[in-house]
Amino acid sequence: MRSEVQVSEGMRVIDASDSSILVVFGDEISRELNRRVIQLFHDLQKSDLQKSAGSPIRNLHPAYASLLIDFNPLLLPPAELRTRILELTEQSNTTSADTARRAIEIPVCYGGELGPDLPDVAQHTGFSPEEVIARHSSVEYTVYFIGFSPGFPYMGGLPESLATPRLETPRTSVPAGSVGIGGSQTGLYPMQWSGGWRLLGRTPMLMFDPEANQPSRLQPGDLVKFMPITRESFDAMVAGR
Amino acid sequence: MDLRIINPGLMTTIQDLGRYGYAHLGVTPAGAADALALRVANLLLGNRENAAALEMTLLGATVEFQRAAIVVLTGAQVDCRLGNARAPMWRAFPVLPGAVLKCGAITGGARAYLAVQGGFELKAVMGSVATLGSAHFGGLEGRTLKAGDRLAVSHVVSSGVRRISRDALVYLAPRRELRITPGPQASWFGSEGLQLLQRGPYAVSGDSDRRGIRLRGEALTLPPKSQLVTEGISLGAMQVPPDGQPIILFVDQQTTGGYPKVANVIAADLRHVAQLRPRDEVHFRMVTVEEALELLREQEEWLQKAFD
Repeated sequence: MRSEVQVSEGMRVIDASDSSILVVFGDEISRELNRRVIQLFHDLQKSDLQKSAGSPIRNLHPAYASLLIDFNPLLLPPAELRTRILELTEQSNTTSADTARRAIEIPVCYGGELGPDLPDVAQHTGFSPEEVIARHSSVEYTVYFIGFSPGFPYMGGLPESLATPRLETPRTSVPAGSVGIGGSQTGLYPMQWSGGWRLLGRTPMLMFDPEANQPSRLQPGDLVKFMPITRESFDAMVAGR
Repeated sequence: MDLRIINPGLMTTIQDLGRYGYAHLGVTPAGAADALALRVANLLLGNRENAAALEMTLLGATVEFQRAAIVVLTGAQVDCRLGNARAPMWRAFPVLPGAVLKCGAITGGARAYLAVQGGFELKAVMGSVATLGSAHFGGLEGRTLKAGDRLAVSHVVSSGVRRISRDALVYLAPRRELRITPGPQASWFGSEGLQLLQRGPYAVSGDSDRRGIRLRGEALTLPPKSQLVTEGISLGAMQVPPDGQPIILFVDQQTTGGYPKVANVIAADLRHVAQLRPRDEVHFRMVTVEEALELLREQEEWLQKAFD
């Protein structure tokens, strides 16, 4: 009854509904699997299937190891879309996902009232607060995908030594720009939202602006580095935005 | 301003056909829950199909018109009065300056639409004026309407009022048997699980909203130690959290999620999901994707032929 095609080693194309196809590259969180997701995402974005308003593809949902394609089946039959996906993945130049990656630096004021959970993370990891900041801001993170809420990045690359469990009781309101750790992940809240991540600091950068031409500062596939700034710089940047 | 909200009812938002093309930025489409009712409303007025209207939930709004307008009510049956007269449904009618349209209880479904000829003048956000309440953007200040809100009607030229044929209205009757196709993790639940789901009934829980319709019935069993890596969610997906009670993810849902999806309501039946009220009982029946697409084609053909 269900239509599922095993296409190549580790790639499955599944009908998720009558109007969406799920391309699954694997069942784990890894940079390699996500690279294939981002590659197909970019290829579809560039294709004639999603370029204009009347195009058959309505939405693309990249995730850790899969890409959900929401389309209008009356404009493009599912079988035809499956064929196009196969063509794209066969022709795909696997290095282009990497060359298309953008490097984004995000200024963060760590600790104090902007990062109320820094002492907790320091205590849990056994590092000094300064050491937590140094480790958190020294690595490059990959935006695997954006989901959950507008602009919310799922990022890979947090040093295992910084992993800290989420709060037992999530905060009902986390200010926009908050940067935190939740388990073995790090990320930031682009809009004010509820959430249970341990907050290390806050960026003065406007991460999501629905009115802007490019609403989200971050895109799937971006490379991110956090840059520690002082409270004075934070305030100055907030005043200037 | 042309229109003033005197009483917003229980939950009234501005919705068009949704905000597409931004799911990769975590932005869910939102838009009219019963998209067919909105499209019919706009076609009756001679508007473009995607024009925004008021989506009223369970209890309608009371609205004062400061200028003459042509309006229409579609969706679930709503008891509306224009002065002392009962306002018609599925038929455009004129209102005079100073007229008050008082909409009361919505029956036989959950949502009704009040559309005006020309549509509303609102600033589009990412190409749409649909309200996404959870993210506080779209519509009017990204929120549910409240008393005192004012809206302007666009002066877009309409192609003229149309009438829906009496026979066509039969197609709009509510359905309590929703057709589904298998979800990406359907096999996790085994054939017993899929049979259980189709045995029903499932009752709609009171904490359902535009994000999801929560159901109460036979709990589905997940295989032990089953864990899903977060993936994209399609409209109408039936996800199964650890308590085994399915949730139909709807227009304001998150773009990604980590619970397995046992099934997906077919596109042609999403309008019936929109009209489910708390305590309604529903059944599910599995069909093939081909059958689902045939039903969707039928719906589009109905829309082409529905007008006199």
